Amino acid sequence: MEAPHLSVLSAGPGATIQDGGRFGLRRYGLTPAGPMDWTAFRTANLALGNAADDAALEIGPGGIELVNAGPGPVGVAFCGGGFSWFRDGQLVGAAARLVLAPGAHLAARPGVAGIFTYLAVAGGLRTPVELGSRATDARAGIGGLNGGILRAGDRLPLAEGAAAPLDEAMIVAPWLRPDLDAPLRVILGPQDDYFDAAALDLFFSAPFKVTAGDRMAYRLDGAAIAHSRGYNIVSDGVALGAIQIAGDKKPLVLMADHPPTGGYPKLGHIARADIGRLAQLRPGRTCRFAQVSAETARQALLALKEAVATTHSFCRPLRRVVALAGLPAPDRSPWSGAGNRRPR
Amino acid sequence: MPATPRFLPAGESALVVEFGAAIDPALNDKVRAFDHALAAAAIPGIIETVPTYRSLMIHFDPRRLATDALISELRKLRIGPGAGGVPKHWLIPACYEPPHAEDLAEVAAALGLTPEKVAALHAGAEYRIYMFGFAPGYVFLGGLPAELIISRRPKPRPPVPQGALLIAGGQALIANRPMPTGWYNLGATPALLFDPKRSPPVSLDIGDRIRFTPVDGATFARLRQAADAGAQVIEQCVIEQKA
Repeated sequence: MEAPHLSVLSAGPGATIQDGGRFGLRRYGLTPAGPMDWTAFRTANLALGNAADDAALEIGPGGIELVNAGPGPVGVAFCGGGFSWFRDGQLVGAAARLVLAPGAHLAARPGVAGIFTYLAVAGGLRTPVELGSRATDARAGIGGLNGGILRAGDRLPLAEGAAAPLDEAMIVAPWLRPDLDAPLRVILGPQDDYFDAAALDLFFSAPFKVTAGDRMAYRLDGAAIAHSRGYNIVSDGVALGAIQIAGDKKPLVLMADHPPTGGYPKLGHIARADIGRLAQLRPGRTCRFAQVSAETARQALLALKEAVATTHSFCRPLRRVVALAGLPAPDRSPWSGAGNRRPR
Repeated sequence: MPATPRFLPAGESALVVEFGAAIDPALNDKVRAFDHALAAAAIPGIIETVPTYRSLMIHFDPRRLATDALISELRKLRIGPGAGGVPKHWLIPACYEPPHAEDLAEVAAALGLTPEKVAALHAGAEYRIYMFGFAPGYVFLGGLPAELIISRRPKPRPPVPQGALLIAGGQALIANRPMPTGWYNLGATPALLFDPKRSPPVSLDIGDRIRFTPVDGATFARLRQAADAGAQVIEQCVIEQKA
């Protein structure tokens, strides 16, 4: 019998396979990669009872269309970025857990805001582990499927025997609809002493507009943040969310595919609790920054992780929500009544 | 230079231990010694460390460690003499002939030297590995002869080939992947310094010393073929240690 898999019918630019990230090799110049919006990524996995960091699809603004080309039903969950997801041409919503029958199609189209949506599969994607991770590092050409972004015709291997039926459900978790206008929290350092009080005041009071971005970095435009001691530093380490201010005096925020070292002063770092919110800001959107301590940012991160761990309690029966929305109820799936597997 | 390192937050999940702000072998030795002592201490919650020229970045799991708690653990570390271990010495084949030496003539003209002299100076020096990054297997080297100090290009040049030997700003670099660069390309090594099929994927380490062994174009081609097939074409050499 053919092994379970999903086939990619079409994929816009920027669809990759990610897991929690590739760790232990930053000292050799490798990026950790991993999801741009870990909150949505983990929610999709946890809605299926997967481990939070199992390999899943990250889908960019180009969307994706897939088909369950394997012999049996496949449990999937999607959320993040306010995308519209369709099963066999019928709108399901932005965040749900489904059982895809053999031959069923699934498509994602971007909505009015947001850049990244995630699709997890029961048991996690089973692409090869490379250097300890399945995350795609397109710059190094490792991980994912042949080290690159997904294309039409790609075949995504799934876990054998992981297609156990689940109740279909909407995911109504509040953290999937964050306030995109709330300030992004920032921890100062390590090179905040390259900026005087006036420059820091300006940074924390002025609005900045996202002008461009990719998985490596988001470029912001706004008030010029002047250096008080030049902008050439001897290269040092770089962490996720680093806010580099280069010679153009504009912030460049380093994202999931950031290089592990760099040579510009880093005013501060975006709190990890807020990094997914920044990742979802489209070019043209405005953001503001608020200064917090490392401990405040840590508490915020732990609280958000704890909330995301309760994803299963935010899964509501699909049929009822669809009916409330005034749409016709879908045909009763042979799986919808079977069992009531409570995700971990 | 401060007597003790500075501890600087890099978000809530990383910390920089900064020993200074310069490119200096003594500073890099401190980074290496601290890194080795920290690895031996095995503090729970540390994910990995990234040594650089003059600082050590510590990535940690904020569920298991808070910044202040990590700093107090770090203050307890005792770093004895020799904590950095003994650096390894490597011989790395290098070809300074066309088509591998695209900018050699340009650099020679800019510095008032012959291309042969530039190649001989580059191959005649001993280098220290200060840092890896910004891409896999990129090796940042110190020890470039003063005669080869040339500032960066005002505009990046088209991508250099894999294994390019680059210089700029008094530093030397081995570029393991093709990438546009503001540096100058003097030659290339057939060695693949980052090989995902090996574990670890990079054999060199920070603090190691390297020298380049000039090879001709035919040898380059043969060694690159061997490297592509998985062979290690760099050589570790034994240096007599003083008692």
